[in-house]
Amino acid sequence: MKIAVCIKRVADMGARFQIGADGASVSEAGIKYDISDFDEWAVEAALQLNEKHGGGEVTVVSLGPDSAQETIRKALAMGADKGIHLKVDTIPFDGFQIAESLAAALKDGGYDLILFGRIAVDSAAGVTGVMVAELLGLPCVTAVSKLEVSGTSGTAERQVEGGVETLAFPLPAVCTIDQGLVTQARYPSLKGIMAAKKKPLESKPASLGAHSVSVRKMELPPERSAGRIVGEGAAAVPELIRLLQNEAKVL
Amino acid sequence: MANNILVVAETRGGDVRKVALEVMTAARALADGLGGEVHAIVFGAAGIGSVGAKLAAVGADVVQVVEHAGLDTYNAEAVAATVAAQITSGGYRAALFGASAMGQDLAPRIGAKLRVGVAADVVAVQADGGDVVVRHPMNTNKIIATMVLSATPALVSIRPGAVSVGASAKAGTVVSVAPAMDPSAGRVKVTGLSLGGGAKLDLAEAPVVVSGGRGLKAAENFSLVEDLAAAFGNAAVGATRAVTDDGWRPHSDQIGQTGRQVSPDLYVAVGISGAIQHIAGMRNSKTIVAINKDKDAPIFKVADYGIVGDVFEVMPALTAAVKAAKAQ
Repeated sequence: MKIAVCIKRVADMGARFQIGADGASVSEAGIKYDISDFDEWAVEAALQLNEKHGGGEVTVVSLGPDSAQETIRKALAMGADKGIHLKVDTIPFDGFQIAESLAAALKDGGYDLILFGRIAVDSAAGVTGVMVAELLGLPCVTAVSKLEVSGTSGTAERQVEGGVETLAFPLPAVCTIDQGLVTQARYPSLKGIMAAKKKPLESKPASLGAHSVSVRKMELPPERSAGRIVGEGAAAVPELIRLLQNEAKVL
Repeated sequence: MANNILVVAETRGGDVRKVALEVMTAARALADGLGGEVHAIVFGAAGIGSVGAKLAAVGADVVQVVEHAGLDTYNAEAVAATVAAQITSGGYRAALFGASAMGQDLAPRIGAKLRVGVAADVVAVQADGGDVVVRHPMNTNKIIATMVLSATPALVSIRPGAVSVGASAKAGTVVSVAPAMDPSAGRVKVTGLSLGGGAKLDLAEAPVVVSGGRGLKAAENFSLVEDLAAAFGNAAVGATRAVTDDGWRPHSDQIGQTGRQVSPDLYVAVGISGAIQHIAGMRNSKTIVAINKDKDAPIFKVADYGIVGDVFEVMPALTAAVKAAKAQ
């Protein structure tokens, strides 16, 4: 199968973030970057599908500054076959702008399946993949936690509140990948890292339209006030109950 | 008319979901700020129009009812086509959705059809001059972004639990709307919907969440967590990623960076050390209780109340005490 996976380079979420000098961005000082978790699972899912069915080709696509190429190389080192880098100075916050640019790059690729992560862990919106599907006129299943594809159709499961939905769809299609589909993405092997250096990576400027969503301000949420240890062992339970009833008023 | 708000009110099993009432409450305040009306649109099988009274009670001036046998479960393509057509023909200033599995799927479809962006998973929405302004937690809740939606319509999905349901009774005039596309003509077919445990509360909607981690030592010991949840009566059960990766609990129960984000009134962390990825999913809880045998566990840094101790000793005592408190 010909599969495209759209990936995003994001900050390591373990970081202690600071707001940038403009008050509307996250400071990049001292921050490490890597592929977004859900996108990494989407790459893994694509590789597994092609290993299962034999043959095929996986193309990774990333919109971002030049540093996005490092993230694409990582996916190539995992086993993807080629990369497309859509170059922008800064990744916009309007998912529709990104979707239009991605859709233009994917349109004539002849992909059987286009995968996205359910959300990017930084911007946490989860809109881009769905919008690409709409712009390309393809069927779309979001938040997929189980996926089977054969020939010209597929079946998927997605988590909904308190339950699981099962769906059937024709190919080509777009799926956004949730946790549960793969347990762990493979680490690039040394051989994979060496091979990735020779794999094709095309870089071209992204064309972005006008934005309709923009960031005015960013803030750190208020720190939680310091809590307290009520006590040790079961002996502390009566005091905890008293605090939950009288102080927190949640019981 | 130009300042009217359309709310896609989510239903399940013939009734409106709580998140729909929350979104209605936010829409009412936004419409009052803009000087417009709130119109709700509901999709379902024949008879779904009976939810109109509930939507009127939370501020619907008009309730648009789209009834069709093929709309009994969420039918993404037909719903998206119909909502997009209604937004266009009605000239709505904004359309609001719940940031539920359904709303997260639906809003971007409509955004692409109408060629505008979507502000997803916001915790607040308001009118600011002529603009719609939202607050959106990002970077695993470690940053709050204030975002401006400059286009019409402004499309916004609201995080479940972020808004308290208010009362603001309006006429709720019911009108019937035909689906913009034949619901049976969709390419993606929902072939099944299995709901676990009937009355089970969803993690995002439960006032109390009791979560377990590796400190419980084995899958069967999760009964301690379930017993405490049952004693509260209004609690859902969550888990850490370590526990769901080990198969002790389903992935859908995972709270954290790559799982569910919850903000209940009370969060009880049982045998959870407090990895940063877990805290990302629950740090916005109003009150946090932690029980852990390691007094230096990071969970105690975010907990309002901590008990240092063996979960196997503390949990039965806590469950009995909560039962007794509830019985009073």
